Amino acid sequence: MSGSQHDNSNSLVITGGTWFDGSGRLTDNPGLLVRDGKIAAVGPDAQETGAAGSFDASGCVISPGFVDLCCNLREPGNGQKGNIASETRAAAHGGFTTVCASPETSPVNDSSAVTHLIREGAATRGVVNVLPIGAITRGLEGDLLSDMAGLKNAGCVAVGNGSRGVRNARILRRCMAYAQTFGLTVMFSPENQALAADGYAHDGQVATRLGLLGIPEVAETAAVMEMLLLAEETGVRLHLSQLSCGRSVEMLADARNRGIQVTADVAMHQLVYTEDALAGFDSRFHVRPPLRSEADRQALLAGVREGVIDAIVSQHQPHDSAAKQAPLPATEPGLSSIESVLSLGLGLVAAGELEMAGLLSALTLGPSRVLGRAWALAEGAAADLCIFDPKGHWLPSASTLVSAGHHTPQFGHELPGLMKLTLVGGRTAWQ
Amino acid sequence: MTANDPSPNHLQLTRDGQLRHFLTLDGLGRELLTDILDTADSFIEVGERSIKKVPLLRGRTVVNLFFESSTRTRSTFELAAKRLSADVLNLDINTSATSKGESLSDTLLNLEAMASDMFVVRHSQSGAPHFIAESVTPGVAIINAGDGRHAHPTQAMLDMLTIRQHKGRFEGLKVAIVGDVLHSRVARSQIRALNELGAEEVRVIGPGTLLPRDVEGLGCTVEYDMARGMKDLDVVIMLRLQKERMEGALLPSEREFYRLYGLSQDKLALARPDCIVMHPGPINRGVEIESAVADGPQSVILNQVTNGIAIRMAVMSMAMGGQMAERQQRQIDSEGIRA
Repeated sequence: MSGSQHDNSNSLVITGGTWFDGSGRLTDNPGLLVRDGKIAAVGPDAQETGAAGSFDASGCVISPGFVDLCCNLREPGNGQKGNIASETRAAAHGGFTTVCASPETSPVNDSSAVTHLIREGAATRGVVNVLPIGAITRGLEGDLLSDMAGLKNAGCVAVGNGSRGVRNARILRRCMAYAQTFGLTVMFSPENQALAADGYAHDGQVATRLGLLGIPEVAETAAVMEMLLLAEETGVRLHLSQLSCGRSVEMLADARNRGIQVTADVAMHQLVYTEDALAGFDSRFHVRPPLRSEADRQALLAGVREGVIDAIVSQHQPHDSAAKQAPLPATEPGLSSIESVLSLGLGLVAAGELEMAGLLSALTLGPSRVLGRAWALAEGAAADLCIFDPKGHWLPSASTLVSAGHHTPQFGHELPGLMKLTLVGGRTAWQ
Repeated sequence: MTANDPSPNHLQLTRDGQLRHFLTLDGLGRELLTDILDTADSFIEVGERSIKKVPLLRGRTVVNLFFESSTRTRSTFELAAKRLSADVLNLDINTSATSKGESLSDTLLNLEAMASDMFVVRHSQSGAPHFIAESVTPGVAIINAGDGRHAHPTQAMLDMLTIRQHKGRFEGLKVAIVGDVLHSRVARSQIRALNELGAEEVRVIGPGTLLPRDVEGLGCTVEYDMARGMKDLDVVIMLRLQKERMEGALLPSEREFYRLYGLSQDKLALARPDCIVMHPGPINRGVEIESAVADGPQSVILNQVTNGIAIRMAVMSMAMGGQMAERQQRQIDSEGIRA
């Protein structure tokens, strides 16, 4: 790479490489001019303006910045696991320019005060756009409605349950009806708590052999069915987050065909790993929902390829080392994943399981659609973009990972995809 | 989908295939399992002497770490270690450091610092011995004395020793395991051992609520009807039924369970006439087994207990041997680097 001595506050010309434009295709970069935080010009004009800086993207892919619908920044309240400064930098390292912050903070983001705290933290210490998700029930306890109108006014883009359940269908129905009043999207991670019980692994062959407590597939599919029916009845915009079962994808496709307003996402690790990852009691892969069977993985991949699943998310959950330093059942679920989403995706592309354009769509256009916003590399749009070398490699290690959490898949193993530059509003968030 | 190779052999075997931890039977081949049985056979003779000691672990410190109480298993491990001339420390962790908030890792590191050579670990969480061997004290030999629902490899091996003593072989044998397979670490290890040693058929018999998902994948057939399941059996292994299984809607009542799956003389009569009856203990008389059967001529339950000491002596001496060989190798390696 050459010529990256640009001035952040001024302008930058990006030449060479391929770009992923707003239409969802990869084509030759026609030339991009970034000025005053926006994309000022696209095409031959971009070269002629005598910009302050230039970036030669030859061999690289230029994409709108990735949008993560499910990310834990751990702030406020869990500073030992991460904070807005560390985790938004990690996001930028992963190519993400916008992250939706999970309501599972301490205190839970169930009031405008907490939302303001997150937004203020993001404005002063964050390097990417942070869109808070409000808690759908007070304290995420699943019993009482949160102040959804207040959350929306404070800047929450949706309301959700984080990774926790809602006590019963009656409350769920009221949550949806109330959210619908304000046009709020509800983001649900579908899990029937009674069926999931004390489980922490997919109820399948590996759990049976290792004697791990299983979460049956029906814990998810029963919840998906219930939520789809309630969404149909209440008319709320429903987003199903972090799907793990092939059957859920089928039900989602059926619901869409019936005209229900529903979107969905899947965590990248669900597309790459299966229950087999737990075979050596590897607590990193203790995630929730659990990694399921190869058939589920294949169905989820097909869901992404066919557009039934709109978005791929990181489901980033940074932890302190003590949270994972125990026998598997006693560890906390979650991967520190946001920095390796692209790399794992490129692995799927290399394996022929996903196309590059499909991968980038699910990281940009899909999640933008869910949020009802447009992020594209078009004139006048905010200069939120990332440039990566798909043939480059990096080694996740304690010194290369930016996140406070190091329990990442492939730690110590070389991964494809080197992030060269991430711009957020024209400012360099990662280089 | 078929599971990947599940063996943690990088963890429990030395480079030349000797045992250095004993965590699970997964991945251990027939030769090594037979080696354990043969070694145990040679220790049975030690138990019959008037002075029941051999000096194999003299000067070594064995710590019995029982995070879950068990009188019998701990006693046999203690006796086994003492017959091998080891110094033995028994720690009941329920009443010790972890209740003061010390983490498992910290407790173990402290014990390692006291120059322990072997931890015998019983823990309520599946995978706890793996975690200790892999992440906490890899230089201490770890013997799994039962972890969660995962494995109880010494129990399974003493059962294999008992079967071999009475049947002389594994080939052609039909073995049934009856009762609460779902919660049983013993059953998982037994199914694995019987498959590896060449048993013709392993059946699990029990109600759907007490069988794990995809249990056939472990290498067994499933039978819900006990009368059918008893047919042609050479060995029947009864599992202990915990009383708390009536809660949580797994079973309606002890009475119904006994009627359907309890081993009575009538049901035993459906098996081969020389079928042996086993039970890992402690027995719930009248819940999973009739007293007349438990104390009857086909019962080998007390042989199992005797064999428990010999098997534990075998495993402890073999793992300590592997661990010492590895320490020596590491020393040679590091001296080689210095030279």
